[in-house]
Amino acid sequence: MLRLDCPVCGLRDHDEFTYLEDGSITYPKLTNENQDDWFDAVYLRENPRGRHVEKWHHTFGCRTVLLVERDTLTHVIGKIKPAHPKIAAALKQPATAKKRS
Amino acid sequence: MTGSRFASGGLIDRKKPITFQYDGMRVQGFAGDTIASALMASGHQIVGRSFKYHRPRGINSAGPEESGALFTVGDNANRTPNVKGTIAEIHDGLIVRSQNAFPNVRYDVGAVNGLIAPFLSAGFYYKTFVGPFSGTRFWMMFEYFIRKAAGLGVASRDADPATYDIAHHHCDILVVGAGPSGLWTAVQLAEAGQSVMLVEQDFACGGQLLSRNNARDAAFIAEMQSRLTRAGGRIMVRTTAFGLYDGLVTGLVERVTDHLSAPHESLPREIFHIVRPQQIVLASGALERGLAFGNNDRPGVMLAHAVARYAGRFGVSAGQSCIMATSHDGTYDDALQLAESGMQICVLDARPCHTDAQEVAKRVGLDVLFETVPVQVAGGRGVAGLEVGMCDSDGVVHSDNRMIGADVVGMSGGYSPVVNLLSHRGVKPVWDADIQAFRTGPTTEAIQVVGSADGFYDNEACLASADVAVSHILRPRRRDAETDIFRGWQTPAMPLFEINIQGRSLKSFIDPQHDVTTADIRQAHSEGFVSVEHMKRYTTLGMATDQGRMGNILGLATMAEARNMPIAESGITTFRPPFTPVSIGVLAGRSSGADWWPTRRTPMHDTHLSAGAAMMDAGYWKRAWYYPQNGETMDDAYIREAAIVRQTVGMVDVSTLGKIAIQGPDATEFLNQIYINAFAKLPVGKARYGIMLRDDGHVMDDGTTWRLSDDEYFMTTTTAQAGPVMLFLEELLQTRMTNLEVHVSSVSDYWAGIAVAGPLARQVLTGALPALDWSNDAFPFMGVQSAELNLGGAVIPFRAARISFSGERAWEIYVPADFGNVVWAHLAEHVALAGGSPYGMEALGTLRIEKGHVTGAELDGRVTLEDAGFARMASKTKPYIGSVLRKRPGLMDEARPRLVGIFPKDRSKQFGTGAILCEPGAVSGFGKGWITAVTHSPAFGHWIGLGFVSGGYDAWHDKTVMIADPVRGVTIEGEIVSPHMFDPEGGRQNG
Repeated sequence: MLRLDCPVCGLRDHDEFTYLEDGSITYPKLTNENQDDWFDAVYLRENPRGRHVEKWHHTFGCRTVLLVERDTLTHVIGKIKPAHPKIAAALKQPATAKKRS
Repeated sequence: MTGSRFASGGLIDRKKPITFQYDGMRVQGFAGDTIASALMASGHQIVGRSFKYHRPRGINSAGPEESGALFTVGDNANRTPNVKGTIAEIHDGLIVRSQNAFPNVRYDVGAVNGLIAPFLSAGFYYKTFVGPFSGTRFWMMFEYFIRKAAGLGVASRDADPATYDIAHHHCDILVVGAGPSGLWTAVQLAEAGQSVMLVEQDFACGGQLLSRNNARDAAFIAEMQSRLTRAGGRIMVRTTAFGLYDGLVTGLVERVTDHLSAPHESLPREIFHIVRPQQIVLASGALERGLAFGNNDRPGVMLAHAVARYAGRFGVSAGQSCIMATSHDGTYDDALQLAESGMQICVLDARPCHTDAQEVAKRVGLDVLFETVPVQVAGGRGVAGLEVGMCDSDGVVHSDNRMIGADVVGMSGGYSPVVNLLSHRGVKPVWDADIQAFRTGPTTEAIQVVGSADGFYDNEACLASADVAVSHILRPRRRDAETDIFRGWQTPAMPLFEINIQGRSLKSFIDPQHDVTTADIRQAHSEGFVSVEHMKRYTTLGMATDQGRMGNILGLATMAEARNMPIAESGITTFRPPFTPVSIGVLAGRSSGADWWPTRRTPMHDTHLSAGAAMMDAGYWKRAWYYPQNGETMDDAYIREAAIVRQTVGMVDVSTLGKIAIQGPDATEFLNQIYINAFAKLPVGKARYGIMLRDDGHVMDDGTTWRLSDDEYFMTTTTAQAGPVMLFLEELLQTRMTNLEVHVSSVSDYWAGIAVAGPLARQVLTGALPALDWSNDAFPFMGVQSAELNLGGAVIPFRAARISFSGERAWEIYVPADFGNVVWAHLAEHVALAGGSPYGMEALGTLRIEKGHVTGAELDGRVTLEDAGFARMASKTKPYIGSVLRKRPGLMDEARPRLVGIFPKDRSKQFGTGAILCEPGAVSGFGKGWITAVTHSPAFGHWIGLGFVSGGYDAWHDKTVMIADPVRGVTIEGEIVSPHMFDPEGGRQNG
């Protein structure tokens, strides 16, 4: 079982989370009407060996979307941060009480 | 000669006799006995039959490596097959049966399989797929008989009546194995303040020390247990660590009641413990392995240490005279102990005479033959004697047909550390030539290996290795100097695996449970299956319930020899969880039957039940299906309910719809981006029907969204998509739309929803909810209003929208969930006064099919806006999720299946969901379309349906379609109509 250290809730089992998708994908802007750009973003995925950024959702927790570094070879979990830059910044501030369980 | 009980000794309680049933016979043992020790003490020698050849099998070990003493335990639905008699404890009333034999293990007609052994050699099963018999009825016949004759125990076909549980744990240290190393490690760590869990698969702590049965060892075990408990440690016996997973998460199974004759009814049979330790110490010990020599599978041939363990721990003598065949020092302790107990012992040591242990043995008068190895066992149903041979320093064996009399042969080819758990973590075992065994390779995880699990066989060395592990854990920064603890034995073990004599063909088993011999390994080699992983699958070596614990290394060594390479290079197969078999039930825990998945009930659930509703499952939800009156059938009930809605008024529980509060200054812009249709100009107090797509351009969900204020909306989703839609919105807001200031919260469980529909809905609501003006002018179609209901002194807030799934004049009313029941009852009174009634899911389906309104049956994730007839709703001026990819050429194809309505040509005919739609004369393949929903329509007086057909209404409106239902064997003629079958102008809902 993978254990993910949610920056909001603390270290939790992976069954609290939902895997969303490859976290390295950048979606085109909605105003971009290029079908190829959208096709690439929606369908084309690398299958890297080693470190990889993934998008997970803490479904049975704080419901934050997280960017999780995972080694696809060893399952070693690296850095975890909220996908939303403002949430990530807010958690970095020392005034923010971090809860650990 | 067979086994018997010594007059005294052993860790059994001779004051507590226990009687159990074995193949219908009464057998007596004592508290502290396993099935195997009790059977051995009672003189039972043949306790099983092998998998293929039905050769007699005896008890050949005293632990989880057992491959002979497998039993079916329990009766009827409580039957458990393939229980290892060497682990299972006895209790009064226990029912034990032998397996894979007819009529019984002692006289088994299946033994004739031994005569056709040449045809059942390695890979026989695969070979039957090729050659002259492949794909023929001959093959089918062979297969039938092979399956019937081969096998182990048979599981019960009844549902498992036992209960199971799952428990979760956190601790600093998990120690696996309570032998001397595990006990010593656990005690030191616990006394240093760590929270420690110590798990032991046996029912007693002590490991190898239990075999010795001396006062000093017993005192050590007792002291360790009491110190550990005092220091706050937790000891769990009968608990197997069966798998090691990512993040050090460890799976344990605790056997709670199998050893009890009358367990308390509240106890689960087993508990699946999920442990999340900070560090793990593996003190899982080492397992002895056998030697490959002729007829080494005969009952009476067993592991050397097992003979000593039965004597020391259980006070059981395996026989009168025992030959101990070995290649290392470890067997001498066992031999001395057995000689002291009065057994006649002869040691065969493959090595020349030169070690300390051998000197000692000689001094005490133990009979030791050096450079001597076992060649072939004499006797069919037991051991009648042993032919021995001389082994020179190159391992070449010569036999001069010398026989030694004995009724037990103990064999030992060395010990193999239990590396399985680290292997689960992907750590490849490495061959250590010094100890002639695979040890665990290096790991980067916080796992320490101590004691014989790491190749330390001397008791002092085991405790020293534990000290090193403790130091690493308590002082991780201080790297101790490389320790120099001695592994293995003083005198090197001799590599001895198979005894082979030039020109003789011996039946030497390496997997007695699956009947794999060294000849099978050589055959696999000659047929090209040389990789250890291929060899394993081709010969099935190590694939039986014992996972080849006794013989795997022998097989690997045989293959390495055939390939002329060292074992270190030919390698070892991968061990995967579980370590020992785990019942499926314990993995499910309490999640079985009605608790298989969560049950969701609407706030009005009990009210529906008391109204006599038949309930149905809709995902996790229980929903009112129909409300039968006076013994109505379902068809009678739903047709009546649907007709009442069209004629007067009905009410239905819609609480299961997903409800999402969307709040924030950018809420409008957000909706505009996720819905295909414009929301920018939706005024406060209005609702709009919206459709959202996935990025790939397919329809994701539909529903209404109500504007409550400038920056607050109330979105409803379909019941099935409530979760996915909520997650998708959160994902968008946190990843791709981070510039929008919007907050979404799921309020599905906060609101109870009731739809009131029918020509008299306005009259009902005016009477029941007088706070609002329900007239067409004040409350037009798609209007949204909030107010309060004063009911018996309680002020109940509600919100209402004039929306219609049924196609009738209708409102959806939402009240806080706690008021669901009283408001439902209040509305039901008014509905009844107007001649109406509640209606269930079946009538809801009828009404929406008549209108051509879609649900999850139509929006199945493969449907585009064009397919579902929504294309005209899509905005042409704004981008939205899915707006680009929905225009891919394949999705814009005119010939794609499009939503249509379906009538039977002969209006008296019925047809079913799932039927395919075909052209006349071409009822084949996937057809041109399919039916998603059918109902008997009271409005039309006949059966109608919805479905998708290639080209849609335009291509089919003047043609006949065949409604083919090959599964039910019915094909009828139909006609394709517009999906908006009833009141297409919408006069009823808007009026």
